[in-house]
Amino acid sequence: MNWFIYEFPKWLKKNLFNTPVNSVVSLFIISLGLKASMYILDWTFLSAVFTGDASTCRESTGFCYPFIKEKFPFIIYGFYPRELIWRPTLAMILLLSSFFYVKEPKRWNKYSLWILSSGFFLFFFLMRGGLFLEVVTNDKWGGLPLTLMLSSIGIIFSYPFGIMLALARRGNLKILKTLSITYIEMIRGVPLISILFMSSVMFPLFLPEGITIDKLLRAQVAIILFVSAYMAEVIRGGLESIDKGQYEASNSLGLSYFQTMRFIIIPQAIRVVIPPTVNTAIGMFKDTSLVLIIALFDLLNTTKSSLKDSDWLGFSVEAYVFVAIIYYVFCYAMSKYANRLEEEFGIKSR
Amino acid sequence: MISTMCRVLLLSFFFLSQSSTFAGKTLETIKKRGNLTCGVSTGLPGFSSPDSKGNWKGLDIDFCKALSVALFGNESRVKYVSLNAQQRFTALQSGEIDVLSRNTTNTLSRDTSTGLNFTYPIYFDGQAFMVKKASGVKSAKDLSGASVCTQQGTTTELNMADYFRANRMKLRPVVFESNDEGVQAFVKGRCDVLTNDASGLAAERSKFKKPEDYIILPEIISKEPLAPAVRHGDDEWYDIVKWTVFALINAEELGINSKNIDTFKRSKDPRVKRFLGKSPGVGKSIGLDEKWIFNIISKVGNYGEIFERNVGSQTPLKLKRGLNDLWTKGGLLYSPPFK
Repeated sequence: MNWFIYEFPKWLKKNLFNTPVNSVVSLFIISLGLKASMYILDWTFLSAVFTGDASTCRESTGFCYPFIKEKFPFIIYGFYPRELIWRPTLAMILLLSSFFYVKEPKRWNKYSLWILSSGFFLFFFLMRGGLFLEVVTNDKWGGLPLTLMLSSIGIIFSYPFGIMLALARRGNLKILKTLSITYIEMIRGVPLISILFMSSVMFPLFLPEGITIDKLLRAQVAIILFVSAYMAEVIRGGLESIDKGQYEASNSLGLSYFQTMRFIIIPQAIRVVIPPTVNTAIGMFKDTSLVLIIALFDLLNTTKSSLKDSDWLGFSVEAYVFVAIIYYVFCYAMSKYANRLEEEFGIKSR
Repeated sequence: MISTMCRVLLLSFFFLSQSSTFAGKTLETIKKRGNLTCGVSTGLPGFSSPDSKGNWKGLDIDFCKALSVALFGNESRVKYVSLNAQQRFTALQSGEIDVLSRNTTNTLSRDTSTGLNFTYPIYFDGQAFMVKKASGVKSAKDLSGASVCTQQGTTTELNMADYFRANRMKLRPVVFESNDEGVQAFVKGRCDVLTNDASGLAAERSKFKKPEDYIILPEIISKEPLAPAVRHGDDEWYDIVKWTVFALINAEELGINSKNIDTFKRSKDPRVKRFLGKSPGVGKSIGLDEKWIFNIISKVGNYGEIFERNVGSQTPLKLKRGLNDLWTKGGLLYSPPFK
């Protein structure tokens, strides 16, 4: 309290009102901020509708909470049968906790690989069913589990491919080098949408009549192919940054090419490229929403479809704000994690 | 170690992949597979959209259900594949779906060059105009000099220009990049008229704060017959889909609906007896159960019921029957006799 009376005015004077120009600018920004926050407060709380149905919502100018309440299961789980909703919930919890466990650098050993793969295995087992669980085919999968699946598999699988491509591009074998460069530049030269489109519209026409490959699998492969090219360039950046002396030192120790890479170069390179990797991962997480163009019901598409219910038409702002918050939470968590890794590896202090 | 992990991941990935095959005869394949795959939209209010529980509903969906009942006697043996405008024809050609029930307009070029066959329209849509009730306009003929909001570069824009020119009226078009912008502009009073397909206008109107303040003018200025489509070259399956549409229409014409169908069981009318499979014929000639129509009407309802349930006056869309009424009531729905 004392601080507020004695120090706060001084702080204000020093930081906000030290010159006439600054005073005017500060006043302008403060009033703008106040007005905006008043508006947001009014919209989300004061004139918001907390109970009722679509018609009560239409009469008000505020946020329509009943819409979110009504559509929450559909936005999050899509078409997954409602009586089995515990399965995608548990699947997501298991998958996320396996990520959570694996994320600590001190746990990076062979067990973490097992944890991660069992996380994925359980995720698919719970989503799809089989054995004693009722089978739910993947045309019913949707919402958050689908987005998590597409992006995490896309990111994780693209990593080894990226490493291979990067090594091939930097290696001495002419053929591999050309192939790798062609691949990377071709994929980076076209937008993700066109690759998804190829996989969904063109590809089935090339197959012999009567054979169809699962739509979700096609999209997932397309995503992996796409991210791999970007990961390759990220990792190549890391490889370039390793001093030549490191290669020479390991050569003089008599290590083979694979040993050099496995024990000397890649571990160092990966540390360097953590920030751009996470950058790509965040981009990827959001890019998976492009699968709506090929009519897969990821988180964004379930949101869009929830707006098409004739009983609840016209609440697009509510729906998009809600889904934006979900995306924000995931992307923010990823970027925080990257910050921490950087600190632990001492990248910032170098 | 890494390879083990890869193996586990790959294994779990294979859970995802399934492949379906169809061999020549669509009907046999569907029977063998045990379900019908029905191509629907990614969300169009009243026609096909998911409800809060994740169940598809709408006019197009009810048609898929009717087909499922005809084939299996059960409306739940359908797998819905949602498709966007670009994917829909490929999906049908490649055998990913058995029937396309996705508000698709039958046109010459589509019917001839995309490898599909359109059956009979289940909804006659067309471009219409919406105005504020307070404007007092009752007919599209009174719209001379009005400013009309529409979307840029669409057939809607061209149809409108043609209509105004043909009727020697003055047009002041206000074009927008997206449909939503046009609607917003109309609500804010930027233009007097909004034009789009009648069903689309009805969906937009239901979002307004006071839908009752707006009316859709009766004139329909373009032809959009929305018909289910099947793959080219399988006439047996084509017949089943086409006559399922007719069965829904004919049932309404005979006055049979899901509630009163039991009273028709003892009917002496030979048309009714034939239609409901009392005297054999309708099943055998098409390769289905004799009671297929009876099952459809009792489980899904006749055309009128489907219309009212999804887009009719009791729904937020509040569409009038208009062209989608029986031929006896001034509409276009006309079923050949079931003989």
